[in-house]
Amino acid sequence: MNGSAIIFYGLGALTLVSALLAVTAKKIFRAAIFLLFTLIGVAGIYFWLNYEFIAAVQIVVYVGGIVVMIIFSIFLTQQSGEKLPSPPTRRMVSALVATILGFALAGLQIWQHHFTGDGKIVIEPSVLNIGKRMLGTGDGGYALPFEVVSMLLLAAMIGCIVIAMRSNNKTT
Amino acid sequence: MEPGLYHLLFISTALFFIGVFGFLTRRNLITMLMSIELILNSVCLNFVAFNKYVWPGELDGVFFTVFIIAIAAAEAAVAIAIIINLYRSHRSIDVEVAGELKG
Repeated sequence: MNGSAIIFYGLGALTLVSALLAVTAKKIFRAAIFLLFTLIGVAGIYFWLNYEFIAAVQIVVYVGGIVVMIIFSIFLTQQSGEKLPSPPTRRMVSALVATILGFALAGLQIWQHHFTGDGKIVIEPSVLNIGKRMLGTGDGGYALPFEVVSMLLLAAMIGCIVIAMRSNNKTT
Repeated sequence: MEPGLYHLLFISTALFFIGVFGFLTRRNLITMLMSIELILNSVCLNFVAFNKYVWPGELDGVFFTVFIIAIAAAEAAVAIAIIINLYRSHRSIDVEVAGELKG
């Protein structure tokens, strides 16, 4: 057991334990903070895999953007000290059974399957390679999805403003 | 034991089903949105793990992950706009309260 393995298991434990606490915490603000630690743990796993660009994107977008937005919406919509009602026992048990069965089935499938690499030359996931591929129009280029995603983000931004805008002329 | 593909797949599978558990038990819209974020994160982790260990000759998993993160950000923004609008009209964000369309 070397240092790399210890770091990996630590990151995995951080991710899974805080994810479990995020879905079971009684106070919604604590759930948001545990979600923050889960996302940081996943970003740490990306760092461990040497995918620095993905890890940076994960931290900037999720930890810096989505969690902050979730915390703002918690402040806007409810008293943060209020406890969430615990789910009824019947729903809890059926969700637990469904989850454990699904986990067992998926784990069995993964365990029985033997994954083999394609044996090609390894492309380093450096920012240079990612940038060349992302804006490339040739084989293996992702310029078209990149543009489509930019249009989607614009549409989502306008849609958010329209949905959340308080309409003044409506009297009902 | 050196961590490899199967350890990463275990983590992402566990994360996915923790998200499913949260989605099934919670009845508050914000916590359900948080469960969906967990599920999306497990999918991203899967893409990156497969890109590293099974498909290292291309960068497709990286791009899928980047696009999933971008679309998740848009989805979270729209969902929070809807949640704030629902709170304005119903004074609550519990999914059981918004039942006007129920037959």
